[in-house]
Amino acid sequence: MMRFTRRTVLAVCAAAVGAAWFPAHAADPIRIGLVTALSGQSAQSGEAITRGMTIAIDEINASGGLLGGRMLELVRRDDEANPAKGVIAARELIFKEKVAVLFGGLDTPVSMAIVPLVNQEKTPFMGPWAAGTGITKNGANPNYAFRVSAVDELVDKAMLTHAQKAFKTVKAGLILVNNPWGESNEKGIVAALAEKGMKPAGTEKFEVTDVDVVPQLTRLKAAGADTLFLVGNVGPSAQVVKSLDRMGWKVPVVSHWGPAGGRFTELAGPSARNVHFVQTYSFFSKPSAVGDKVVKELKAKYPSIKGPEDITPAVGVANAYDGMRLAALAIAKAGSTNGDAIREGFYKIDRYEGLIKTYVKPFSPAVHDALREDDYVWAQFIDNRILPVGMSQ
Amino acid sequence: MLLLSALISGVGLGSMYGLMALGFYITYAVSGTVNFAQGSSMMLGAVLCFCFAQTLGWPMWLAVLLSLLLCALYGAAVELLAVRPFASRGSNAWLMSTVALGIVLDNVVMHTFGKEPRSLPSPLALSPIEVGGLGLGVYPLQLLIPLVGLTLAALLHRISRRTRWGVAMLAVVQNRDAARLMGIPIKRAIAAAFALSTLLAGVAGILIAPLLNVNADMGTLFGLKAFAVAILGGITSAWGVMIAGLLFGIAEALIAATLGSGYTQIITFALVIAVLAIRPDGLFGRAQVKKV
Repeated sequence: MMRFTRRTVLAVCAAAVGAAWFPAHAADPIRIGLVTALSGQSAQSGEAITRGMTIAIDEINASGGLLGGRMLELVRRDDEANPAKGVIAARELIFKEKVAVLFGGLDTPVSMAIVPLVNQEKTPFMGPWAAGTGITKNGANPNYAFRVSAVDELVDKAMLTHAQKAFKTVKAGLILVNNPWGESNEKGIVAALAEKGMKPAGTEKFEVTDVDVVPQLTRLKAAGADTLFLVGNVGPSAQVVKSLDRMGWKVPVVSHWGPAGGRFTELAGPSARNVHFVQTYSFFSKPSAVGDKVVKELKAKYPSIKGPEDITPAVGVANAYDGMRLAALAIAKAGSTNGDAIREGFYKIDRYEGLIKTYVKPFSPAVHDALREDDYVWAQFIDNRILPVGMSQ
Repeated sequence: MLLLSALISGVGLGSMYGLMALGFYITYAVSGTVNFAQGSSMMLGAVLCFCFAQTLGWPMWLAVLLSLLLCALYGAAVELLAVRPFASRGSNAWLMSTVALGIVLDNVVMHTFGKEPRSLPSPLALSPIEVGGLGLGVYPLQLLIPLVGLTLAALLHRISRRTRWGVAMLAVVQNRDAARLMGIPIKRAIAAAFALSTLLAGVAGILIAPLLNVNADMGTLFGLKAFAVAILGGITSAWGVMIAGLLFGIAEALIAATLGSGYTQIITFALVIAVLAIRPDGLFGRAQVKKV
């Protein structure tokens, strides 16, 4: 007589579940992965990316999903801002969750660690934040890494263009954080200056823990700098502003997006507003149909959002929203969730009226960055709000 | 102008290093051990003061007083948990255990206070005062820091040489057994030294907080530099340690102002090594004489 062991019972159950599952194959969800910091200092950035993607996914699902009615499903993993953990999470999402597209997070080192994996496994990668030039320009062919965000190389050019336009800069003084991020932007800024036949008046570095940047700034002042180009996270950037205050040196400051990452006004004091920094989008910009729609959906979905000032950091939400919509278009063009087909699908996107801009042929085999130098928005802190430059007047 | 501004920055920074290095001096003088995680103690002072004054909105004097008291308690705890169990067995493991305890503290603060840098406003660091009409602004706080540093160094010097309590402490380090026989409470003396040492680090943290940002790893590099300063000054003299701090701070600022900031760390630490090679007991230290 046959005995029902625990194993047979389990097997029967599994078979039953499988039988119930397989006929529904056509309606299998399409999984979209996200590896970003969901805890620690950068948790807010991960939440912003999640919100942007969620709004886009809800819109797509509400209009019937993709590939004949398959719903999109977001699967998130925490990388704790640690490249090794990011790669483990990416592996899990690619091999176990079988995500169709993998999204990255805030930290360039984490994305740089994940990119070789996605190229090897032919899983399209979308970067909604990290700006390291090498993430999309990674030398792989075919290249699976795409991005809707700022790119260091282009930010450096844009800093110069903005400085010349807003402040008639002739002699740029570079004040950069002493780490790989500062290093890579030093190269970028010097190259951007060289393109216009210019040279920096001086280049100074500061440590993340520097109390006093007056000696460095005094050197730049003595060298005749008429504008400062600043690259650093929010804390050290604030130290630079406070040191300028102490010196009584009222010099224009054009910055990478470091100041946007925290309580810049609290840290730097009233002069914080003098720093112009780069953003990809501001929810305070002149209203657009897509912008109004997204703000409305965000307010409905997240009760803590009362208005544009609560959508922070804005770039994370906006980049992730457009990145997700573009990825969905690529999947639709591909007609399947095959990685290589989706990669080709990105190139076939003709036009998409997005939040940040109207994208026309955003990607090609040579261009994996959807945002260009002139898509950037220049912003400043007015109290605790990040407003486009000039809006406060 | 360039040099004058560097000098003012340097004196301010140098007194911070000196203050923290005094903490090394005190415990070393009494017990031959130090709390290697002085940087974390400094951070604790700043973070506590921020929490009391900003988050809870208490008056500043109360926040400062309470922060310093808690710093002193933490110092006594460091001695009890990380130094005494090892030093009493003649082991040098306190070297590691004090560092470990500092890392634990850094991470506890990171999880409770958060990693986001915050700002501790101070009325002494609001509007800079102009120095000598040179277009060079200095916060009153930057002038106060050296004043506090030098006063505390002078005070410590007097206490250790002129008071019963100070002499008792020195006796402990010269001969433990004799001191015990003379009725000096050794355990309490060492615990008090650690409390005082951490309190000084707390003073440094609270003083520097308005000039810097308050966060969990604000003290790490400071602690390291302060230890370099303590060794440079010879660790056995309060004045020596304070002066070494000032020299270190001024050297840093002058090098940054003349050669550029990229070279500051390389040259200052190379200088420390060079000085120690020439004077192994530090600038103001006396060679240890072991009486047999």
